[in-house]
Formats: sequence, C-alpha cells, structure tokens
Amino acid sequence: MRTVLEARDLIKQYPRVCAVGGVSFKVEEGSCFGLLGPNGAGKSTTIEMLEGLLSPSSGQVLFRGAPLGSHYRERVGIQFQSTSLPEHLTTRENLHFFSALYPRRRALPELIALCRLEEFLDRDASKLSGGQRQRLLLAIALVNDPEVLFLDEPTTGLDPQARRNFWDLVQGAKAQGKTIVLTTHYMEEAHLLCDELMIMDHGKIIASGTPAALLAGHFDEAVLELPAVEARKLGARMTLAYKEKGDLAELHTRDVNALLAQLLQAGASLAQLRIRQPTLEDLFLELTGEELRA
Amino acid sequence: MSNPIGASWRRLRAAAWARSLEFMRDRSAVSWNVIFPVFLVLGLGYVFSGPGQPLFKVAVLAPEGAALNAQLHPMLATPQVQFYREPERTAAIHKVQLQRIDMLIDLTSAEGRYWINTQSPHGKVLEQLLRGAGGAPLARQETSGAVTRYVDWVTPGVLGMNIMFACLFGIGYVIVRYRKSGYLKRLNATPLRAFEFLLAQLVSRLTLIVIINSAVFTACRLLLHLRMEGSYWSLLLLVVLAIFSMIAMGLVVSARISSEELAGGILNVLATPMMVLCGVFFSIDGAPRLLQLTAQLFPLTHLIEGARAIMLDGATLAQIAPHLLALAAMSVIYLMLGALLFKWRQG
Repeated sequence: MRTVLEARDLIKQYPRVCAVGGVSFKVEEGSCFGLLGPNGAGKSTTIEMLEGLLSPSSGQVLFRGAPLGSHYRERVGIQFQSTSLPEHLTTRENLHFFSALYPRRRALPELIALCRLEEFLDRDASKLSGGQRQRLLLAIALVNDPEVLFLDEPTTGLDPQARRNFWDLVQGAKAQGKTIVLTTHYMEEAHLLCDELMIMDHGKIIASGTPAALLAGHFDEAVLELPAVEARKLGARMTLAYKEKGDLAELHTRDVNALLAQLLQAGASLAQLRIRQPTLEDLFLELTGEELRA
Repeated sequence: MSNPIGASWRRLRAAAWARSLEFMRDRSAVSWNVIFPVFLVLGLGYVFSGPGQPLFKVAVLAPEGAALNAQLHPMLATPQVQFYREPERTAAIHKVQLQRIDMLIDLTSAEGRYWINTQSPHGKVLEQLLRGAGGAPLARQETSGAVTRYVDWVTPGVLGMNIMFACLFGIGYVIVRYRKSGYLKRLNATPLRAFEFLLAQLVSRLTLIVIINSAVFTACRLLLHLRMEGSYWSLLLLVVLAIFSMIAMGLVVSARISSEELAGGILNVLATPMMVLCGVFFSIDGAPRLLQLTAQLFPLTHLIEGARAIMLDGATLAQIAPHLLALAAMSVIYLMLGALLFKWRQG
C-alpha cells in the first residue's frame, strides 16, 4: 500500500501550551485512519495540521511524498466538527456553491445518491435535522471527489440511528477507495470504521496499530461484570481484585472458568453476571486513565 | 486543470451569488434596506412638498400690529398665494435670491416696494398679479439667483447617509457573524482565496445597494421633483466609487474581530462622526478649518459634496475629479488593508 499522508515529528507550540509534542505517523492509501484521545489531547490540532489549515511549529506534513502545495486544498475534503452554512440556502444550492469552488467536481446526482440527500434537496439547510445536516456536510466534503477525506468527530451529538446511518455512508466512501482520517470519541465508531488507530494524550502518541492488534497487545483477559454491591459482599468472603465503575464492578481474568467456580463457591449470585471481551474503551481507560468524554 | 483566472472568476462569482441569495431571502434585511429609505423619502416628501401647499409664497414686511389683509394692500387678498410676515428685510431678500420665496413686499414705509428674482418665473407671474390688484403702486426691486430648495440640498445628504449605513453595517456584521459561526473556517478549507471572498462580498453588496438606492433616488425625483442639473452617469460613477470605498472600510473593521458587539461599537465610532462632519443635514462651510479637513478623510464627505455639485450645479466629471480620486484612493487602500488584515478564523 502506498503512503498518502505522512506526519514527520509534528510539533505545535502555543505561547503557554504545547498542543502537539512531536508526533510521526503514516496514513496508507484507501485506509481509514482513526485519531482517538480525550478532550485536549491534541487530536484536533493534529488533524488541522494534516488538513493544511494550521502550520506546525516544527516538523512536516507530506502528501504523496511532497510538502503540501498550493493545490492541496483542491485534493482533500474536510468535514469539521461544527460548521455553519450560509443562511437561507437550500441543500441543492449549498452543493452547487461549494462545487463551484473546485476545479475537479463530482457529478452532483451521484453525490446526492451517495449521501442520500434526495428527500431534503430543496429544503433550507438551516432547517435540517442533525443527521440530515451531517449528511449534507459529508456531501460538501466529497464535492471535489477528494483523495483524502478528513472527518473531525462527525457523529458527535447525533442519535444512535443517525450515527449508524452516517457510518454506512462513510463505509460507502471507503468502498470507493477514499482514504479517510477520522477523529472520534466513540470507540464503537473507531472499531467499526478504522483500519489503523492512533491514541493520543497530552499531545503525544500513546498507542497505535490496528484495533485488533491494539486489543491483543494490551489484553489477554476477559472482563466479568457484577453489580458493585455483590462484589463488595464477596470481597468480605474471599480475595477478590475488582474495579468499581459506577454501579458495576469489573473483574479481569485469563481463566473465566476458574474464576466462575471460585465465585460460586463463595456463594455469589450470578444472576446479573456478564462476561465480555475488553473493548477499545477499556484500552483507552487503561492507557489514559480517563474516560472518553463526548 | 483550468486556467487560474477562469477558476478564480468562477469562485468569485459563486461566492457573490451565494451571498446575494442569502441577502435577498433574509426578509428582515431586505425590509430594512428597502422600507427604511422609502419611509425616508415619504417623510421628506411630506415635509417639503405635501399637498395643500399654496402655489406662491410671498413674504411681507408690514407695520407692527397691522393684519395682512386687503386693507393693508389689495394684493394680499389674492387667492392661491401664501402671504406671511417676515421680521427682517435683509434675510427676506436673501430668501428671494435663493428662490425659497417668490416675492417680498415691503409695506413698512410710505412708498411701498417689492422684490422679485429675475430668474424666477413665479416672480414674473406675481408681478402681473400685483399690477392687476390695484392699490398704491409699489416700487420694483430686483434680485437674482438660481433656486435651491432645502429638499434639493438635503436629499443627497440623506441618501448618502443611508448608503453609508448600508455599506458599513451590511458588510461588517455579516463577516463577523460568518467568522463567529465557523463558516469562514469552512470556506478556508476550500480553494477560495481571501481576496476572492472579500471581493465577492463587496460586489454582491455593491450591486444590491446600487439597485436599491437607484430605486429610492428615482422615487425622490418623481415625488420631490428633485433638481438634477448634471449627468446621471457621472452620479452613478461617483456613487459606485463611494459605495466601494465605504464597503472596503467595513471590511477593514471586520477583518479580524469575531464579536458582533465590538464590531457594532467600532462601526458606530466611524458612522457617528461621518453623520456629523460630512454635511448630511447642515453645510459645514462655516465650521472650523480643522473639522473641514477632518471631514475630507471620510468617503461620505466626497459622496455628498460630489453629488450636490452634480445635482445642483451640473458639475462635470472633470469638476468632481478630486472627489473621484479621493474615493478611488480610499477604495484601494481600504481593500488592500482589509485583505492583509483578514483572518478566516477567530482566536
């Protein structure tokens, strides 16, 4: 696979804070690259340097092996976290307007079908629902048939159904060979869409790799969840290592059968027991010590 | 890859089109920009040329306590003529000179006198009426001077002020709002360049202001029978340059800030002295020299002085060239400054 984007030791230093403290990575052609991190981790600053909207204090971003040139903006598509569109323009007029700004344009009927905009084409864009609005913003990001698509927390604030619909659209774009760089707070989203992940905290990369490799590298255990009250009761009767998370207690083990047998022996009620594999959320918590916040 | 000028032109056209569409569909903005000047014109029309005004206006200098009726002089019983008392002769003669009144009759001495303006047709008609009215003959006095009604003088000022507000606030607020909402950041992610964006805003706003104010001007001409001695093309050129420079001034104000309150404050700081110093309602001829010089720094002064010269004195392009040059220079300086200072995003 060919490298489309490469970050070389990117640093972004502001007068009082170092937002990004030297990150290097590569984004391969046709892949979906996910940037994860808590608020203030430096992922938005990093993605803006990749987009060419923010100059790094030092380091370099290379697009197909060369520094970002004057035509870079014609070859990438960007969907920001929150974007306001011109007031009183319809969906169709917005598409026409943004399309006219690019030398290379994708046929609008094709784009309308891809992003499922048919039902609200002639509606004022300010009157769209959250999900419809994100679909229009995605279409605008794709209006120039970009080689790289940047999506900065595209589903934040959407209801679960609208989020799933949006994931379908992104998978559609991916199937057409687009390289995608995505930042997100949702681990499910990262797991479903991303081929490569990079977890950032305090402006540094703390882990990277495919979702499966990241999980395998950090966890060879299963997670048992019990009501916290039950775990406390059991803790009085046996040696039990657990972490409380709200109303639940989490027990990590390599040997599920042995742990279950021990619990039964201690007289535990297993009616509300749940066994699951560790998720990216667990990994994130383990690495950053913080919960992801939307 | 298309040629760069063609691509730049296409982007500029698209941005100007989007902005114009946005403005035309914003009912409140359109109402304000169209209805306010219409009310202004109607107000001026009501004050200066409302129905029921007498055909002729004659000032009378009469002995104290004497009523202005036929006993004083048979002429004073003439219908369709408004007679009114003037206290002082010199000021009254000046009004005849300016054709603000059609005749002055002085009945304070034994030998009565009257003044007419030799350039006023009304004066000649009134002279005939006076001779036919009988009574003691009055001695004829002459004065001359072209008519300058206040409405002819003040309308360029009022329309200029209206244009100034439309330029400064119309562009300043919009760009600050765009920046605050992140729309500018989105545009920055496209190949649209700052200069193209600013020029598009300018062209869109300029076109709309020219159309709206042409309509208002036409209404004024018809309603108030405004005097227009010069060329419409010269006036259009002057107005276009003035609008260009005042919009560019608004672009400088909105180049960086993202607070509407701050933008409003700065725009008011610019608009208020312009209203006071640029001779909108009153001539600044008698003002101190320093104020007159300061006024030359504002585009509105050049618009109003130039428009009055064209409309009232029939000035040619060559005669208003200093105003045109000043406006062109301000346009270039403000636009370049606006483009240099311009920031797509806040913070």
